[in-house]
Amino acid sequence: MTAPMWSSPTRVNALPTLSPGQAPSVLRLRSWSLGSTILKIIGLAIFAFLLFGPLANLVLWSVAERWYTPYKLPVTYGMRYWETVFRPTGDAMASLLTSVSIACLTVMVALVVSVPAGYALARLKLPWRTALMILFLLPQAFPSVAIYINVARVFYGLGLTGTITGVVLVHAAHGLVYSVWIAAAAFAAVDKDLELAARNIGASPLRTFFTITLPLASPGIMASAIFVFLESLDEFTGTFFVGVPQVTTLPLLLYNASMGGNYQIASITALILLVPSVLFMLVIERFLKADVLSKVGQ
Amino acid sequence: MDGTVLPAIDVDHLQVSYGSQQVLHGVSLSIASGEFVAILGSSGCGKTTLLRTIAGFQKASGGSIRLSGRDVVNVPPEKRGMAMMFQSYALWPHMTVLGNVGYGLRLRGVPREEIRARVASVLKMLNLSGLENRKVTALSGGQRQRVALGRALAIEPQILLLDEPLSNLDAKVRIQLRSEIKSLQNQLGFTALHVTHDREEAMTMADRIVVMEAGRIAQVGTPKEVYDQPASPFVASFMGAENTISLDVTPAGSGVQIRADDGSMASCIDSVPIGAVTAYFRDDVASLEDPAARIDGSIILPGRITQRTYPGGYYRYVVAIGDRHFSVTDDRYHELDRPVGLRLPVASLHLFPTEQTKGGLHA
Repeated sequence: MTAPMWSSPTRVNALPTLSPGQAPSVLRLRSWSLGSTILKIIGLAIFAFLLFGPLANLVLWSVAERWYTPYKLPVTYGMRYWETVFRPTGDAMASLLTSVSIACLTVMVALVVSVPAGYALARLKLPWRTALMILFLLPQAFPSVAIYINVARVFYGLGLTGTITGVVLVHAAHGLVYSVWIAAAAFAAVDKDLELAARNIGASPLRTFFTITLPLASPGIMASAIFVFLESLDEFTGTFFVGVPQVTTLPLLLYNASMGGNYQIASITALILLVPSVLFMLVIERFLKADVLSKVGQ
Repeated sequence: MDGTVLPAIDVDHLQVSYGSQQVLHGVSLSIASGEFVAILGSSGCGKTTLLRTIAGFQKASGGSIRLSGRDVVNVPPEKRGMAMMFQSYALWPHMTVLGNVGYGLRLRGVPREEIRARVASVLKMLNLSGLENRKVTALSGGQRQRVALGRALAIEPQILLLDEPLSNLDAKVRIQLRSEIKSLQNQLGFTALHVTHDREEAMTMADRIVVMEAGRIAQVGTPKEVYDQPASPFVASFMGAENTISLDVTPAGSGVQIRADDGSMASCIDSVPIGAVTAYFRDDVASLEDPAARIDGSIILPGRITQRTYPGGYYRYVVAIGDRHFSVTDDRYHELDRPVGLRLPVASLHLFPTEQTKGGLHA
């Protein structure tokens, strides 16, 4: 899920004026740089195709009302399926709402854990600091299906399967690695002297945290919240094991639609899922500064 | 209370360690109310640690710190009633100048209008009027450090701690701020404790100078005392007496006779150590004379000029005597490679027994 990153092809450097004796080597140089430019263009074209080819296919499918073999392009175009999806009573809108609510709740749960945990990891001299950091990484380190089958079993015993709470908890556990690691880096990037300056002229530790440390770390924490939001919006496996059949999120709808051979609905769902990702990636780029990124995982 | 005036800061046998490494080895220092004291030392001597321990940022492992008689060793920094200026300015980039300077007042529950008025008067005092709503990131280095000074002074502290606040500024701004801080101190009467590695800064600003060496106090005194009567070879070389020469002192009559290796000698009646001594002298103490001259109370060493520079106002020469080189300033112009006599007035030399000077040279 990366935003497109275009770099303009490097221009061939202007060659110095040649003297007769130099001609052959300059010629070789020129053909060499011409060759490398062509290679770059080909590379970029392949990259663009890999990135935009699937997207173009999605767009095409979303407006194809009839498309079957042997035709290379849809037989009839139309917006019928978009109307189906956006019909107020449709499944798609309901599951979009579910997805967004779950994502928001997940962000809240993750922040409640990651702000204190991140501060503690960044500022206090904790024994087992590395072990704690790795603990948050664990949910990502094992095959997710194995984990979620067990989680589902435990949640079933607790009566959490099929509930929003259960799904939010699964998503939060998954998102914590981002939010805790990024929050720890964001707090570590705040210069300690800035806190000491506040303490020095009379601010209590709590007051210092809320007026100095937290505001200065907030861009990094915002970025971590966005990551968690996007991860939750996209999450499939955990939702599938814990939420089905009562909780239907967009990725589950997408899965059902494509399993049922309804490529139009599946494509439209995928396109909808893409919108927040691209938007937030643009925002994150502004929030996550180099000084924070350099401290991630330290 | 017995009626005597208690010192504003009284540090008694203060010890500080980072892990197993001891940084301060029992420092004792007493600072009177309204005094300006500079702690001078090379990097790693513990001067910043001393200041930060007084501020409460660093835990003491032994000893006591009393502020006007109140023991504060276990008091958190926010309850010590001080203000500090940092080398890094430590201004809060997410606040305006008003937000920074008014922060301490806001903590004290001062009404918004009064904060505005008091910040305005502080800024006026610092020639920053009208910059209230400017982001601190949009200010120059000198302006930022002035805002930091304003933030510290806005709460009208009894004690101002200065942690090398001028060392990141360029020379002109630094000298300007030096005198501004000094005159504000005279005007407002707070006690100031200033950490620096800049000798001239310490000399011009402080009433008293504390020279620190390797976690201990090497000498405490007025700028003149420390400059003219250094208590140890370390202090002598730190105060600029970087030329050294071995001399031999023998008792003679009512005084002593001081003899250099090449036989030139002078007599003196001051109390000086007897035996092998090392003399420390600054380049402005020595002067250039005729090699054959005989002057009372001075040793004349014959040598040769190997280098001449003009820093402005006077010439600075490097004189080679044997295989040793000495740096000397002199008002007069001399040709290079000319034989000269290096004149050392005995009264201005700092003499220390040679054993004491061994290993004591790291200025």
